[in-house]
Order: sequence, then C-alpha cells, then structure tokens
Amino acid sequence: MDFDLSDDQRLLKDSVDRLMAETYGFEQRRAHMAQPDGWSRGSWAQFAELGLLGVTLPEAQGGFGGGLVEAMLVADAFGRSLVVEPYFAHAVLCAGLLRHAAEASVQDEMLPVLAAGESLFAFAHHERAARHCLSHVETTARLGEAGFVLEGRKSLVLHGDCADRLIVSARLSGGMRETNGIALFLVDAAATERRGYATQDGLRAAEITLDGVIAEVVLGLDAWPGLSRAVDEASAFLCAEAVGAMDALLALTVEYMKTRRQFGRAIGEFQVLQHRAVDMQVQLELARSMALYATMMAADPDEETRSRAISAARVQIGRSLRHVSEEAIQLHGGIGMTMEYRAGHYLKRLAMIEKSFGDTEAHLDRLAAMGTAW
Amino acid sequence: MDLSFTAEERAFREELRDIFHTEIPERIRGKLRHGLHASRQDQVEAQRILNARGLAVPNWPVEWGGQDWSPVQHYIWQEELQLACVPHPLSFNCTMVGPVIAQFGSLAQKQRFLARAANLDDWWCQGFSEPNAGSDLASLRTTARRDGDDWVIDGQKTWTTLGQYADWIFVLARTDPAAKKQEGISFLLVDLTTPGITMRPIQTIDGGREVNEVFFDGVRVPGENLVGEVNRGWDYAKFLLGNERTGIARIGITKARVRRIRELAEQEWDGDRRLIDDPGFRRKLASLEVELKALEMTQLRVVAAERQLEKGKPNPMSSVLKIRGSELQQASTALMMDVMGPYVAPFFDEHEIEFGNEPPPGPADAATAAPQYFNMRKVSIYGGSNEIQRAILAKAVLGF
Repeated sequence: MDFDLSDDQRLLKDSVDRLMAETYGFEQRRAHMAQPDGWSRGSWAQFAELGLLGVTLPEAQGGFGGGLVEAMLVADAFGRSLVVEPYFAHAVLCAGLLRHAAEASVQDEMLPVLAAGESLFAFAHHERAARHCLSHVETTARLGEAGFVLEGRKSLVLHGDCADRLIVSARLSGGMRETNGIALFLVDAAATERRGYATQDGLRAAEITLDGVIAEVVLGLDAWPGLSRAVDEASAFLCAEAVGAMDALLALTVEYMKTRRQFGRAIGEFQVLQHRAVDMQVQLELARSMALYATMMAADPDEETRSRAISAARVQIGRSLRHVSEEAIQLHGGIGMTMEYRAGHYLKRLAMIEKSFGDTEAHLDRLAAMGTAW
Repeated sequence: MDLSFTAEERAFREELRDIFHTEIPERIRGKLRHGLHASRQDQVEAQRILNARGLAVPNWPVEWGGQDWSPVQHYIWQEELQLACVPHPLSFNCTMVGPVIAQFGSLAQKQRFLARAANLDDWWCQGFSEPNAGSDLASLRTTARRDGDDWVIDGQKTWTTLGQYADWIFVLARTDPAAKKQEGISFLLVDLTTPGITMRPIQTIDGGREVNEVFFDGVRVPGENLVGEVNRGWDYAKFLLGNERTGIARIGITKARVRRIRELAEQEWDGDRRLIDDPGFRRKLASLEVELKALEMTQLRVVAAERQLEKGKPNPMSSVLKIRGSELQQASTALMMDVMGPYVAPFFDEHEIEFGNEPPPGPADAATAAPQYFNMRKVSIYGGSNEIQRAILAKAVLGF
C-alpha cells in the first residue's frame, strides 16, 4: 500500500504543472474562452504535443502509456487552472469508450487519431428524460442497406458543437432503461443537426438530432459493460479534477483571509473564520482521499466493486465540493461574487461537476440500492 | 501508487484475526459487541493473553516488549483488534505512561514499571485535567513541593478514567510556580495507596461511573518517582498526547458498530417490512458508510506518510482524523438509536442487562444504545477537543 508517485509520474506532473503555469493564468484563460470555438486550438496542440490527449492510451496506439493515476494528475492540474478545452469529452470519455467498448481493429485505427488530436471526439449519450440514469437510451439503431441507421435526440453533449466525430449510444433492443441492447456507433458529426451553446462553467455543449443518420463505424453491439466502465473512469477523473479545483480555491481563500483587513486586522485573525477554513480543509482531505480511492478502484474489472467505489467517491466529493465552494465565496465576501475574480469560477465549475454523470443524491441512491459489502 | 496490501501483510492480518477470535474469550468480546463495558477482570484477562503473544504493547521499543513493525502492521493490528471487539490494551498503560517511561524514564523506572504495565499487573490512570485546567491544560494548579528527597503533592485532578480500578496514577504537577506556565511542570508517578489520596467517582450522563475526581492532600512521593528532568513534564505530556497519531480515529470500532447496525436493521420490523428495506434508512446507512470509507482512506494516507516522518513528530493530519473519527463515532451511535426507535427508552444498568432474569424490552442491544450515544458525546471533547484540533490545523496547516 502506498500513495507515492513513480518518477515518471512525477515528471508528467511537473510538465503539466509547468504548462499550466505558463499558459493558463486567469487572463490567459479568459483569452482562450474568447476564441471562436470557446477554447484554444493552441492549447489543444500543446496538450497533444505533451502526450496528454492519449495519456491513458498504449504507446503502440500513439498514447503516452499511462494509466488512471496519470489521468488523475492531469485532472488535478486542469482542475486548478479551470481548463476549458474539450479534454474531458475527448481524451477521457471517448478514449475510454474506444478502449473498453470498441473492437481491436477499430481501436488501432481510431486511438492514434484521437491521441494526436487531429479529429475531435465527443460522446453523444444523454437524453432528455434520462436524468441520472446512465442506461437510459431511447435513440434507436436499425440495420438498413447502407448500415445502421440512427434515430433520436441527444442532449447536453459536452463539446458536441465542435466535435468532428460523435460516439453515439443507441438501442437495438429492450426497454428504455435496460442495460442490455445498447450499442455504440461512430458518427460523422456533420451528418447530424446541432445546436451549440455555452455551459455555466465556460465549457461548450450541444443538443443533437439524429434523423436517419448512418453510422460510420460500429464500435460495439453489446456496449453496456464498456460504457459503464468508461463512465466510471470518467467519474474518477471528475473527482480528481474537483480536488484540484478545491485545493486551489482553499489556498486562494486562505491567502485572501491573510491579506483582507477589516476592523483593523486581517480577517484571518478571527478564530470563527479560521475554524471555518479548517472545516474546508477537512472536507478537502476527505475528498482527496476518495479521489485516490476512485482512481485506484476504477480499473477493477468487477462492475459492482467498481461502481460501489466510484459512487462512494462521488458522494464524498459532491458533499465536499458544495461545502468548500460555498464557504469560499462566503469567506471572500463581495469579491467572491464577481466574474473578475477567480473564486466564483471555481464555484461554477465544481457545481457543474457535481451534476455530471450522476449527482450526489443519485450516487447515494445507487449505493443504498446495492447494499453493502465494504 | 497501490491500494493493496502485500501478501505478507495479508497473512499478518489473518494471523492476528485468528488469534483475536480464538484466544480472546467470546464472553468478553460479545460484551463489547453488544455495547457493554469490559469489567476490570475482563480487561486484565484479555490484555494478559495479548501480552503473552507480544501483542499488548507493539508500539513500545523492542527491548521493552515492543515489536519492530511497519506503520502498516501497526495499523492492521489496531484495526483487527477493534473489528474483533477485543478490549484495547489499557491506553493509560500502553499508549500513555509506558511510552513516556520507555523514552524519558530512568533505567530503574523502566525495570520496575514497564513489564508490569504491559501485563496489566499495575493498572495506571491519568492525573492531567483539573477543574480549571481542561483545554488549557498548562494552567494546572496542583503542586509538588520538594521536601528532602521526596515530593509532596497538593491539589485536585479530575476526569480520571477508571481510577477506581487503578494501582498507580501519573500526575502533572507544578514544581516551579515562578516559571512560565508550560515550563514549571513535572511528571510524577504516584502509588494510589499513598496516604492523602481520595478518589471520588463522578457519574456521567450515560449513567456509568467511568471517571473520577482525585484529591491530593500532602501526598508524599519518593524523589525516584519523578520521570526525566524536573520542570520538563510538559514536553513529556506533549509527547504522550502526540504519540497516538492514527489510533485516535477508532475507525475499527465504528466499522464494527456499523456492521452491527446493519445486522440489527435486518432483524427489525417496521410493520410488514424490515427496517433495512426502508429506502430512507438505507440511504442514511450508505451515507455513513461513505463517510467512514473516506476517513479510512485518510487514515491510510497518514499511515503511509508515517514512513517519511521523523519518529515522535506529530503529523497535523492526525487532527483531521481526530475530528472526523470522533464525529463518526458519534454519528454511528446516533444511527444505532434510530435502529432501536422507541426502545431506547427503558433504563437498565449494565449489571441488570448482563445478569437480569429477563432481557430488557425491545430489540437486542436496545438497552445499550442510548447510554452509548450519551457516552460518545465525550469523544469530541477529550484527547484535545475538536476545537483545539481546529486551532492546531489553523496554525500548522493553513498558517494562520
């Protein structure tokens, strides 16, 4: 049992941290967001160059050859800097889906493209009535003469507005929430109808209509095991991203408390405020512990063991992020309310993480339904 | 980065589990599982079995009966002990006075006291807190005055846990009234049969009598019973209090209680459905289990970091463990109350529960649920109150 990074992992962490320090200050981030896509193609190229887009992919397929710990390090750094590029959609979700749900030949063809960042991938899965149910798929796939024909509407597709390719989930058989009968297809994004928009945390998303779209590639016809695994891994990434964001936000808050003066002294001298900052620290440490746990358990091949661990982590992180981000704004006072200051942007990102792929209550429901065998 | 234990560590765990389950009588472990207290005799019996196996004081220096274990092994020992509901080797002997004597005591003191403390031949108790020295312990006013070779102690101590069973007490007393408050304190070992000592039990809100007031009226203590140097007692006390870095969270005990909660909720009916089938209850239980998992992972991080820490240097992260560990001990006793529902009300003292002709009304363990809940209010107060822990974190981690 150890929590230490290997030398290679430490090197990766240093290089990502350095890139963030050089290219992702608050003003630089604002400039990235002002680009036509809502993010920076220049940063994207730098991520590709450092190997970050394929950080969890095998070297033979153009990847960095890392695992979930490496992904966690990227997540932590990106959380601190509030990265707005489509990293999560492309390099986490879609890389995971290709790895866990696609045939080997498809992987060999697609993963190098993904790792190079040449073609942008997004995951078109969520539907209007799904809420937090991952197996909710009403979009249909039927075999036509030219291949599988997809019909349906996808919603909240993260970075679906600018993606070149979409990984689309569609139902071949079964009721709308059954895990059996879900397939995954690769679709040319230009063949769909898209309405793009910004999200609260400065990312981009799209509503997507599939009106008789013909799938380019079949990724998997019995896709649930791979899909649920990829999403659990993505949850582990979100946990680590949230920890990075919380850590930076707490540091920002403590720094502010040491410099902001009222009643003739730094507000950090008031014990009532010190204790509130300590309670934020306690919540952060619990979240950090569970992000590590999620990272180490997300590769567990047993679906139930893995899901239990991921849901437990999401519950803790969901509670911690609420506490830390709400308290951070309160301790800052008015400055915390402005778009010109960093703290509020952390609140916004953390609040959106909490609602991604099952919120705190949904994960608690999942745990309660499972019963326990810790 | 790896969460798994090594094959040797797993074998070590199995070996300990086996010893704890087969050698410590079920009669004793069952009491703890059902929320009752071990008697003096139970405590002595269990500790002597452990000591015969070298398992009572593994945290001591090897030459005085300790084990050369890794931090992970110490963690496993503690967890298995708690999961098996074995009475913990008496903390006053094993984690408090023993390590202080081993570290700072004279050779004569080590030879005289250590082996007897490990075997619970002497039962030790603590003379630290006073009526006006709680969180601000260094303001204590009990004095020890030099008289020839002896020390003469006058004053009052309080919250002396299980003092009624004890043979010896370790006392912090002021030996230099003129010095700064932390600098004039000494650490003395006192035989409780010495004339001038009065022990008065204090009944706590659970109905039990586990703590006492101790009065010292001209109590004469031989000079050889002073530990280390005169006026250095505060350093020894800090060493003692910082000694248990990871044990304070008592995660194993809370885990065992949560298991018991699940068992009882599976047996308890609410109309035509079992309590465990109530979605609201399941969510509360799952929620507590998540919090416990998060604490356990935090504890493992602290254990893993211990390899890199200088020995005896406290890790401020152990304050996080203290805060959350105590909160979850309390939360688990509150959830146990929820399982028992209205049957928490009947009051039976422990003797009636154990030896009465009829069991108390209601579900199994109902009679101990409320007393445990009341009693556990103490855990966020003792061992450095949770507010003191926050003050430590504010300074040591956040730099206020």
